[in-house]
Amino acid sequence: MIYLDANATEPLRPQARAAALAAMETGGNPASVHQAGRAARKILEEARERVASFCAARPADVIFCAGATEANALALHALGHDRPILIGATEHDAIRAAAPHAEIIPVQPDGQVDLAALKSLLVAHPGALVCLMAANNETGVLHDIAAAATLCAEAGALLHVDAVQAIGRCNQDWLALGAASLALSGHKFGGPPGAGALVVRENLEIRALIKGGGQELGRRGGTPALPAIAGLAAALGAPYDAAQIAGWRDEIEQAALAAGAVAIGAGAPRLPNTICLALPGVRAETQLIGLDMAGICVSAGSACSSGKVTASHVLLAMGQGDLAGQAIRVSLPWNADVEMVRAFQAAYEPMARRALRKTVQSA
Amino acid sequence: MKVVVAMSGGVDSSVVAGLMAREGHEVIGVTLQLYDHGAAVGRKGACCAGQDISDAKRVADRLGIAHYVIDSETRFKQSVMAAFADSYADGQTPVPCIACNQHLKFGDLLDMAKDLGADALATGHYVRRLDGPNGAEMHKAVDETRDQSWFLFATTQAQLEFCRFPLGGYASKAQVREIAAEMGLAVAEKADSQDICFVPTGSYDKIVEKFRPDALSEGEVVAEDGRVLGTHQGIARYTIGQAKRLPDKAAHMVVKAIEPGTRRIIVGPRGSQSRIVKLRDVNWLTAPGALRASVKLRARDSLHPASICPDGSGAVLELDEPAIAAPGQAAVFYEGSRILGGGFIAA
Repeated sequence: MIYLDANATEPLRPQARAAALAAMETGGNPASVHQAGRAARKILEEARERVASFCAARPADVIFCAGATEANALALHALGHDRPILIGATEHDAIRAAAPHAEIIPVQPDGQVDLAALKSLLVAHPGALVCLMAANNETGVLHDIAAAATLCAEAGALLHVDAVQAIGRCNQDWLALGAASLALSGHKFGGPPGAGALVVRENLEIRALIKGGGQELGRRGGTPALPAIAGLAAALGAPYDAAQIAGWRDEIEQAALAAGAVAIGAGAPRLPNTICLALPGVRAETQLIGLDMAGICVSAGSACSSGKVTASHVLLAMGQGDLAGQAIRVSLPWNADVEMVRAFQAAYEPMARRALRKTVQSA
Repeated sequence: MKVVVAMSGGVDSSVVAGLMAREGHEVIGVTLQLYDHGAAVGRKGACCAGQDISDAKRVADRLGIAHYVIDSETRFKQSVMAAFADSYADGQTPVPCIACNQHLKFGDLLDMAKDLGADALATGHYVRRLDGPNGAEMHKAVDETRDQSWFLFATTQAQLEFCRFPLGGYASKAQVREIAAEMGLAVAEKADSQDICFVPTGSYDKIVEKFRPDALSEGEVVAEDGRVLGTHQGIARYTIGQAKRLPDKAAHMVVKAIEPGTRRIIVGPRGSQSRIVKLRDVNWLTAPGALRASVKLRARDSLHPASICPDGSGAVLELDEPAIAAPGQAAVFYEGSRILGGGFIAA
């Protein structure tokens, strides 16, 4: 099996595995006053310090939760309850579903946020909460967060950054750039699934979405998932050869283009590991199944819990029309190697040739 | 052999997947998502997929085969649901299952199976595909009470060659359920599906209303001599030969004709039925030509001996004895257990 779906979940990092196992063996509840509680609390607080230092934040401003869906929902709940909400057109469903009535900030055809449109929306909606992702999960396209943060600061708006896909691959000091908060998820950079965090700017008050026993300084109730949190912290800052991965990404892209594919978002700054490839006239599902049968794991659009693949709202927002239902995402994992690249190329070429031959015939 | 199995989540197609896997084929289960289940049952927030897709996935997991869900909502809406409403608005009586088999299962899904390099498409239909001297032949199921051949007449010869219908040879549904239980499939006792899957309440008015509200507007019920006998609440509620829902003055009469332009329902005494029936869009599963056959004019109908004469892309039926023939329904030609072809009854 060749796993090229890192944006769905990155393979577990050995450092994360070791830290999670150690936390599991330690046991204990960080809220307990006895020595077992203290041992658990030590793991939790060391993890918090590590996340804080990685994000250039104070430990007190790191709120652990179940993952980025929750972290994003918490940001919208805590920061957006009394503000107009503006979200990027290509945001993840974790944001879109949590802010169903938000104003949409359009993106340019290359997938980057339309800063002129953001500027006028900020005038029309004073004191807004703006949600933008650092990197898009389907195309890898990076928004210009620094420019967006400057516009937000000028307009007195808050900026929340969904940094899920960028962390570990394309880090920036988002808080220093002016973001009020950022969401991250452990399993997207090699930690175990089940833990994420909302990291906020100093002195920003966060009202809990889940109150419970007042954990996380009253900002997120519920016993923390210690093994997952320890794994998350251990995976942060693990070595990542962005230049090598980007080189393989380009090789895959060249081979796909030669086989008749269109690369979407390739003109914009992108994550080193992500490619969005469309085959004109060929349903994404057909490509996905064909590659899966050849042992290659990739994904397409956003899959519902049923596994049904729908046309990508990201690509529709980029004005890709029919191609929005004809694109797959290839995302290289941190442990990619040249064999994976060759295996993909060997499977993609015949799949594309077979599928495209028919569309040429029927045209 | 590499086989795509169309899995609905019901017991029949689940058993087909199991049988194919047991025979050692590489099985790829595919479920077509035809409509938004949450919207169909009117429950906000319900999953778009519903229980059937999750059942199909569980069966695939149990059998250890690959399984994919294909979004066919747009296609289903256009080719089946809208066509269904249009047909009623045109004064006809459609058969949506035939349209679905024709356009989705043996159209899009079969094409996809070929794109994937599969050797065959297997479904849970109760019909047999037998090898004949001139290629594959379609025959009625051994269990005639389950036979679905009437719904499959539009399958072309080329499609038939690619298809497999493993259940057509079984003596009864009970036997199929036994195999399901033996395979440890959780769907073994699942209830049979309903007649029209996208009309969960059994009343199709809402679908017609959504696509073609004009087909549910009031009109006149008129005798064959032009006398107005009363009013009706929409031509979509009527089919040729129907005696229900007619005004008191038309008691003991049946619908003879439906006029979409004037929205009039023409009624007359029972019995005066037609002998000549024109067909459109005829599909031949034998060499096209004039022939004698037994013809079935509705899903649950007896056989009518007739002479069939090709006429362009259609055909003309001359029934030995007059019978009710409702436009939009299918007329399927049988010779013994074999299906020779069929067409849609023209208006």
